[in-house]
Amino acid sequence: MSVSTFPSEQTAVTSYQLCATDRQLILATQAGLPLTTNPWATLGEQLGIPAEDVLARFQRMQDAGVLRRVAAVPDHYKLGYRFNGMTVWDIHDEAVPEMGQRVGELPFVSHCYRRPRHLPWWAYNLFAMVHGTSRQEVEDKASQIRDLLAETCSGHTILYSSAILKKTGLRLKKQGDAPCSE
Amino acid sequence: MRLDSTDKQLINLYQRDLPVCERPYLEMSRQLGISEGEVIDRLQALQSDQVVSRVGPVFEHRRAGASMLAAVAAPEEQMDLVAARINRAPGVNHNYAREHTYNLWFVMTAPDEDTLDERLDELEHQLRLPMLRLPMVEGYHIDLGFDIDWEALP
Repeated sequence: MSVSTFPSEQTAVTSYQLCATDRQLILATQAGLPLTTNPWATLGEQLGIPAEDVLARFQRMQDAGVLRRVAAVPDHYKLGYRFNGMTVWDIHDEAVPEMGQRVGELPFVSHCYRRPRHLPWWAYNLFAMVHGTSRQEVEDKASQIRDLLAETCSGHTILYSSAILKKTGLRLKKQGDAPCSE
Repeated sequence: MRLDSTDKQLINLYQRDLPVCERPYLEMSRQLGISEGEVIDRLQALQSDQVVSRVGPVFEHRRAGASMLAAVAAPEEQMDLVAARINRAPGVNHNYAREHTYNLWFVMTAPDEDTLDERLDELEHQLRLPMLRLPMVEGYHIDLGFDIDWEALP
């Protein structure tokens, strides 16, 4: 189970305008890359684009940060990580950048984000996603985070997921295509 | 599906990054010490058993529009109804039930920021529940997976 809490508008990515061909490639690979010796050529044949163009576009999108990575994305739930705990922490504001960095570097944290508080309803400003094969395992990992945070933390809780009610893929922006070069 | 040590190594090495080059599976096969054909067969098997959800590109969502994590505290007896309304709202792509007063957590997406706000306002109005809006202020570790502890798995 890859639990994506999508990043929002922040953190600028090198400006790169997707063109219609890029978009076609993104859509064509939503379900995955072809499992053939030259997947770019296979994609190119499907879309009528030369193989070397396909590869060059992917490389460019990766350099620009539009494409984060190509990966064999495991289904953690299927692997046996049945417990997904969203651990949330109330950290002194000035300590968040350093602590966020350190918590994000822990080998068992899959996502780590700073989010705003909404007092008095919500005091937690750091989110770290932790996975385990049991509740105990998630709790042990959370206590490692607690130890790391030491006196910078004034409270925390763990929100276990009890059901996935909806999970769908990426949707593309409809407007704003750049003209295609080459 | 029983995973052997090569499958595990394959996931360990490539869950974060697969080479973007002309023959990616050939490149992987050299690392793993197996043939290119076997890499492809193994990826196919891992995918069809859903151990690997997909072998493919992970795009930067911020480039594809706007999105925001939000949560509501639905009264226990109305939870199914509220969840269904959230799922039906245009732009919602994830919705998780979590054990907390804020028991429904979802991600709203839109082509741009203004539409995102409109969609959230509209849904909040429809649900008649105050909505916690939690945009990402900073990401320290963005969906990069984590080290799998194979020994600990059942």
